[in-house]
Amino acid sequence: MTGKKKNEILHDHNKDGVDRRGFLKCMSWAGTGAFCVMQGGVLKSYSLSEMSKSGSDAMPAGELSFVQISDSHMGFNKPANPDVAGTLQVAVDKINGLAKPPEFILHTGDISHLSKPEQFDTVDQILKSVPSKDVFYVPGEHDVLNDDGKSFLERYGRGSKGAGWYSFDKKGVHFIGLVNVLNLKAGGLGSLGHEQLEWMENDVKHLTHSTPIVVFAHIPLWTVYPEWGWGTDDSAQALAYLKKFGSVTVLNGHIHQTMQKVEGNVTFHTAASTAFPQPQPGKADSPGPLKVPADQLRSVLGITDVNYVQGRQALAVVDSTLA
Amino acid sequence: MTKSTFKLTKARLPITGLASLMAAMLLLAGSPGAAANGDQPAPAAAEVKIDNFSFGPVALTVAAGTTVTWTNRDDIPHTVVSTDGAFKSKVLDTDEKFSYKFAKAGTFAYFCSIHPKMTGKVVVR
Repeated sequence: MTGKKKNEILHDHNKDGVDRRGFLKCMSWAGTGAFCVMQGGVLKSYSLSEMSKSGSDAMPAGELSFVQISDSHMGFNKPANPDVAGTLQVAVDKINGLAKPPEFILHTGDISHLSKPEQFDTVDQILKSVPSKDVFYVPGEHDVLNDDGKSFLERYGRGSKGAGWYSFDKKGVHFIGLVNVLNLKAGGLGSLGHEQLEWMENDVKHLTHSTPIVVFAHIPLWTVYPEWGWGTDDSAQALAYLKKFGSVTVLNGHIHQTMQKVEGNVTFHTAASTAFPQPQPGKADSPGPLKVPADQLRSVLGITDVNYVQGRQALAVVDSTLA
Repeated sequence: MTKSTFKLTKARLPITGLASLMAAMLLLAGSPGAAANGDQPAPAAAEVKIDNFSFGPVALTVAAGTTVTWTNRDDIPHTVVSTDGAFKSKVLDTDEKFSYKFAKAGTFAYFCSIHPKMTGKVVVR
């Protein structure tokens, strides 16, 4: 490959052979998100990275398309990713690079790392360049750290019910945003709570069986790995209300890796984080941030393009094409 | 305490009930809170480390009047919240600490309100 110039190190501040651009490039998961298309009432999810490289002819067509991003963790600055603003920007650049702009953006929580106003401000600022008018949010546990979600509600919760749950309709698809990161009990998992479940039951009651449903929440609504708290205690009740529908899609974040599961009429997806990857269930002592070793970073610098890097790392799953 | 001592103590050993009691007593004697001169009685202190999304030791036994200090050594923030509401830390970012003085005897169960799978208890005698 003759891409030497392309891979030239421009600003090596830390004298480690990795500049900022190189860092972002080597973080093969950087700028990950899911491009979702509703096709004949069934939602399909594709890698945002792949889609941003496609021309408009190659992009899957459907009634409605949107992008899901998740877990920006603005304010995180540990070795797993010292530049979370940069990696979110990469995701936004990919959204802006799509041949057909998505209808709207869903952010499935952990917008901030420590619920600080300036961290939310930074994300708002970075997302400003996205052509889509609407960005829909649900909180992650990192967004409601200090005040049971009051400041999150003030900022993002306009028109929502209770602790911030809501629903809306777009082109015949019914979207439901749920909050499962509040009032967590010792030893338990994510929690929706009685009030929210009751609201949801009423919210879907009047809908016809053929209405496609998309539910989004931060913590997975299916039990991915309870030992690490990757599940929601009362999600079965929520899913029971959706049994009558022919097409149900559940979109979550929280676990910083893509996963997919089909169960009856329900397809579950989790999105990658724009900030840092987490280990596969049970593959580490804890679900803490997965650090890509610096020497590994250097060894992949300037050799070839990102796809190749992805193909050689276990992280490939993070940015693989879904569905 | 230096960075290297942190690293040395980071390796977790399997400790059983009696051993953990002994470890707690050792911590009492050797903790930074202990008085340097022999004239004053040392204020009782004990430590709990937060590592890899778990409290260590999970069960800590102390004498009444002991101040327990939790230190978060993860890259991810945690909290220390008692299940009956007796105490509640603010969010602890990396290397931040929270202390609480246990005045009375009893068993105090606590957890991380962000990651509720993380639980622990302090037994005060």
